[in-house]
Amino acid sequence: MTVVSRKILRAATYLLFVLIATAGYYVLLNYHFLAGIQISVYVGGILVLFVFSIFLTSQVGEKMPKVKLTKKIFGLVASLFGAALCLFVILTQTYTYADKVADKEIDMHAIGQALMGTEKFQYLLPFEAISILLLACIIAGILVARKK
Amino acid sequence: MEFYLIVSTIMFFTGVYGFITRHNMLAILMSLELILNAVNINFVVFNRFLFPGQMEGMFFSIFSIGVAAAETAVAIAIIINVFRNGKNIETSEVKTMKH
Repeated sequence: MTVVSRKILRAATYLLFVLIATAGYYVLLNYHFLAGIQISVYVGGILVLFVFSIFLTSQVGEKMPKVKLTKKIFGLVASLFGAALCLFVILTQTYTYADKVADKEIDMHAIGQALMGTEKFQYLLPFEAISILLLACIIAGILVARKK
Repeated sequence: MEFYLIVSTIMFFTGVYGFITRHNMLAILMSLELILNAVNINFVVFNRFLFPGQMEGMFFSIFSIGVAAAETAVAIAIIINVFRNGKNIETSEVKTMKH
């Protein structure tokens, strides 16, 4: 519904539902930390940013112009073809499941140590790299949006 | 496990349809968010069912959420700047810099 609604604020609301639903998926898969991150970053950060920019840039409540039929049909055919291809590949693949699927949630200590450690499977370097990326994006945002 | 993958495939191609079809730049960004979320679900599902002892999928999803947040912020800043110049953010109307 996000992609076909004519009023853009409704599209943002449907996106909110989709993001909360994916957080529910993460809880079902026993990744509670990821669900928390999804809600706090995506819903509480990005969606709020979207709603603010919708209010800043368009008349809320007026309908967007209708898309030409040829463009809609082309988009529909392209995405349906891609979906059929991917579904065919996914469903005809035999997966070798691991012997025991862990049924308890991941220990928070393990997450913290993996995020801050420097051993083989730990993630200190991407952590620092993401903080530099966020700094660059903050500077870029301020620079792009300042008053002349 | 295949059912999670079916859901994420449907979400991905819904995002692709929205990306191709929409005129408003913010709506295009919203479809991009759908695509990124579908990819995150895929990573986490593969991690949990095929490699339950390791955590790489979850960490990749965490970093992917962070990168998506940063990139959306910069894209919205650019779109607001475009709006300031031309008062319009439809992709069919942003024509003043065209040759």
